[in-house]
Amino acid sequence: MIEGKVIKLVLAIFALYLSQNTLGSDTTGNLPVAVQHNAHAENHSADGHGKFEAGKFMFEHIEDAYEWHILSWKDNHISVPLPVILYSREKGLNIFMSSKLKHGHAEYKGFFISHEPPHENRIVERLGNGEIVAPLDVSVTKNIASLFVGIIIILTIFLSVAKAYNQRPLQAPRGLQSWVEPMIIFVRDEIARPSIGEKKFEKFMPYLLTVFFFIWINNMLGLVPIPPGGANLTGNIAVTMVLALFTFILTTIHGTKVYWGHIFNTPGVPWWLKIPIPLMPFVELIGVFTKPFVLMVRLFANITAGHIIAMGFLSLIFLFGQMNQLFGYGVSVISVFFLIFMTFLELLVAFIQAYVFTFLSAVYFGMAVEEHH
Amino acid sequence: MGLLMPHFGTIIWMTISFIIVFLILKKFAWKPILNSLKTRDKSIEDALLSADRTRKEMQKIQADNEIILAEAKLERDKILKEARDLKENIINEAKQKAVEESGKILDSAREALKAERLAVVKEIKEQIAGLSIAIAEKILQEKLETSNEQKVVIEKFIHDLKLN
Repeated sequence: MIEGKVIKLVLAIFALYLSQNTLGSDTTGNLPVAVQHNAHAENHSADGHGKFEAGKFMFEHIEDAYEWHILSWKDNHISVPLPVILYSREKGLNIFMSSKLKHGHAEYKGFFISHEPPHENRIVERLGNGEIVAPLDVSVTKNIASLFVGIIIILTIFLSVAKAYNQRPLQAPRGLQSWVEPMIIFVRDEIARPSIGEKKFEKFMPYLLTVFFFIWINNMLGLVPIPPGGANLTGNIAVTMVLALFTFILTTIHGTKVYWGHIFNTPGVPWWLKIPIPLMPFVELIGVFTKPFVLMVRLFANITAGHIIAMGFLSLIFLFGQMNQLFGYGVSVISVFFLIFMTFLELLVAFIQAYVFTFLSAVYFGMAVEEHH
Repeated sequence: MGLLMPHFGTIIWMTISFIIVFLILKKFAWKPILNSLKTRDKSIEDALLSADRTRKEMQKIQADNEIILAEAKLERDKILKEARDLKENIINEAKQKAVEESGKILDSAREALKAERLAVVKEIKEQIAGLSIAIAEKILQEKLETSNEQKVVIEKFIHDLKLN
């Protein structure tokens, strides 16, 4: 028991440290510089290529794309084209493969990939009058394709495990069951039960388990360097936003009288903080929205940071290789060593972030369903 | 694509996919898995409890057995003692009876002997009386002629002849 608690504490501190670290570095300069760099790089690549741009290299990987890039050799790009689905007011529904756009170098039916803000790297449409607008874009991008791969893996694992449970009731777990069962019991006994309480935790178990395994498996899929892995799905802010939004909606739906009372009439607070200026209710109400917001940002920042670091180490090889080829080979040894180390660290982060997201969701549910004590 | 700007298409796909995955997993995976985990936990708990109960029962039975065994031993000892007593009693009684019987037999034998002897004595007396008379008759016939004086003398002799 004590050992378990110590491990949990270490993990928690570690997670906190990581999240602090990445958030700090992201907001204090890395990101804007890199984005600027990226824009700069695009201008360069338009008039000539050959010079390695680390920022462009990194962000091409981290960001979403209309095709799944596998390999580039000199000027030949090998990538899997993905379906583009657009709805424009002028041309209606348009579905075509992204190969028609020739890696962003060609225009197809007036659609092309913009290289300038505000719709940078997104498909835009040239209207009849020459105006450029963004159509409604529900393309199956790299991240969406990765999402489908993740879903197939998740469904395969858990449906087969469920079948095993149905076929061999009351028997010791075997095979995949043995891997999945401790995790399910971990979510049940270490996350849901203590955070939500004995009476109500069962209602939230399906959601917590889905979120936990969804994040974990997709995190790990992102660590696989070759397709169909390697997409930065859980480091995509839209994905983490949707996940946080579900937690927010469930918290709000299940909020009891006590929960709302806590927000609008916080007990144990002097009256002058509530009347005439509702200072506390205002602060508490902000808290309702910051909780899911923090969930969204933490997962996004941690996973993106992990990918940036991995790409950074890879970039080092080419940056030094540009100065001197031998230098590049020398650095590659160190880089690969650090890359392996980082991958193991990210493997841990993949689990920790899934745990933290699930745990905090459970804590919020626990707050929402709390009864009078 | 802005890194910090959530894209509409991704949100749509993610929302739909997540809801579908959630519903499928909820119905076909989490429900059976959680249920079977629960029933298994319960059956293990029950098994442990019943094992505990059985152990206690076994202990009780063992204790009972010991008591019964002790009681049986006591009973056996008692029975043995009784049997021994009974045996001694029987032997004693038999001895006593034998003694009594032999006494009785002896008594009756003695009695019979006595009666026999009396009868014999009586017979002898009678025979002696007869013989004496005959002898006396012969003597008297020879020496004396019938006279009252002689008869009185004979009577007196006979009378004095007390064998017993």
